Amino acid sequence: MKSEHLLPLFIALPLGAGFLIPLISLIREWLADVIAIITVSILVVFAMCRLSDGVIIYDVGGWTPPFGINLVEDGLSGLFHIIIAIVSFLIVIYSIGYMKRYTARSKYFCLLMLMIAGMNGVIASGDLFNIFVFLEIASISSYALVAFGIDREELEASFKYLVLGGLGSSFILFGIAFMYSITGTLNLADIARVLQRSGNSHMVQFISAMFIMGFGTKAALIPFHAWLPDAHPSAPAPISAMLSGLLIKALGVYCIIRIFFNVIGFNMSFSVVFIILGVLSMVIGALLAIGQHDFKRMLAYSSISQMGYIIFGLGLGNPLGIIGALFHLLNHAFFKSLLFLCSGAVEYATGTRDLRQLGGLWKKMPITSATCSIASMSISGIPPLGGFFSKLLIIIAAVQAYDTLGPTAYFLASVTVFVSFLTIVYFVKLQKMALFGALPEKLEKVHEVPASMWSVLIVLAAFCIAFGVMFPWFIGTLVEPAYQVMLETSEYIIKVLGSL
Amino acid sequence: MVPYILCMILFLIGVYGIIAKKNLIKIVIGMVIIEYAVNLILILVGYRSGGAAPIITSIEGASREASTFVDPLPQALIVTSIVIGLSVTVLAIVLCLRLYEKYGTLDILHIRRLRG
Repeated sequence: MKSEHLLPLFIALPLGAGFLIPLISLIREWLADVIAIITVSILVVFAMCRLSDGVIIYDVGGWTPPFGINLVEDGLSGLFHIIIAIVSFLIVIYSIGYMKRYTARSKYFCLLMLMIAGMNGVIASGDLFNIFVFLEIASISSYALVAFGIDREELEASFKYLVLGGLGSSFILFGIAFMYSITGTLNLADIARVLQRSGNSHMVQFISAMFIMGFGTKAALIPFHAWLPDAHPSAPAPISAMLSGLLIKALGVYCIIRIFFNVIGFNMSFSVVFIILGVLSMVIGALLAIGQHDFKRMLAYSSISQMGYIIFGLGLGNPLGIIGALFHLLNHAFFKSLLFLCSGAVEYATGTRDLRQLGGLWKKMPITSATCSIASMSISGIPPLGGFFSKLLIIIAAVQAYDTLGPTAYFLASVTVFVSFLTIVYFVKLQKMALFGALPEKLEKVHEVPASMWSVLIVLAAFCIAFGVMFPWFIGTLVEPAYQVMLETSEYIIKVLGSL
Repeated sequence: MVPYILCMILFLIGVYGIIAKKNLIKIVIGMVIIEYAVNLILILVGYRSGGAAPIITSIEGASREASTFVDPLPQALIVTSIVIGLSVTVLAIVLCLRLYEKYGTLDILHIRRLRG
């Protein structure tokens, strides 16, 4: 089988599994778990197979672009495919233990599979409208998953998420409509070719604003972030990990990268917008995180802050900034998933996630506490771990941006360092209140979570350490190919369409 | 130009509904209005005044220029986007029903346990 035929399976497998699971669980409930695990393990194998190959293009139905629909897999998609495959595999294993608290497991796995299919679709898709369709598949299943607990908070958070997410999607469709009206095509490479010929008009600026609003909502950048601090804590813990670790990246950051770097073409005005959005998200997200007393809510604000780092790095536009942003994205997918799964483990064992009622858990739950500490150290940038290197790259890139930005660059670099300090502050607070200190009497009987859950925590923690210790290798094999794709708009057009 | 401006006004009416209304159902209606406005714009993009349906009835008789046809692609797109919009609306209404069961009201001023 040629490797290009694997590409549609990234979407078809989880989509098929999503519809198979509710049917087959009518026979036996545990079959749902089996099918979910088989599907995600196959996806991991496929994503690994793709590591070495170059660009793969699959024309759906044999129609060549720009007339047909095509799926494109290059370095950038490859990076996201690997992140999604590995993290969702671990999350599915964790869910089997964690979801014992809920009823309707088969519906949970059905929605989870649809979400994975939607994210893989967004990443593999080579045309604008299919990106929108897959984005909606992933979004709708995430709205439903946020409300999965059907309690007051969950429903309220889900409704808020649905209204804001729906508004964001409308802006994206609005942008797509105008993009089609000025270029007459929906294929990403063809749009890029038409725009390169016609130049940058006012209409393109307007469409860009629409896309920044729409995808900014999906990525939860600061003026559009209001849904995230409610939606992420309300969902079941594996879904919080999925939303924070994967969804905001696949739906938000990936689309921003693909559209602004490969299609419209990055220039100074976008750079300024991204830097402003990034700095706002970084600073405000971190400041709001410090005041939180809810374990997951603090992590949710921290996600906003870290997304700010990624967008800021992209906005700097110099090679080190982009590589730092992509590496931070890779790191964030793993350590933020780990932190949310740890919060889930704490909630599973103690029944609360209010930091004021927790304390001294390291004696009772050594594995959860150790992995939680590793993730916290990584996210706050303690040297041997992955988060340190990605933040260092972004800070150096900010200093290097002196050539284009002037003295502002030094100010931006110091803001980045300051936010890194704030990150340490709120993670020290989290550690102190949850893991160390005196053990409340209520929690005397607490013990470690089941093996299926703590083994996942250990694997994710091992990834966090590996990203730090072996960071040149990860940058070389995963981040560098993605960076090469972002560098050249013309390359992308030539690879997909065959000529300029 | 006028139809585009009217669509824009429709869009803004929807945004007003989401921002200013206090009733959950009215917020959902605001979302639906936004969706219709976007769909209308999408179909206007492919509209050509006096254009024919893009169907070639016979090969020899295909004397009509392609430029006289209405662009069929946006019509295909909005069918998809209507289906997506339907599923979002259904989910929103179900959430409203559940919220009403829990709170006994649809007023968003009383449904605000999440803050900070």
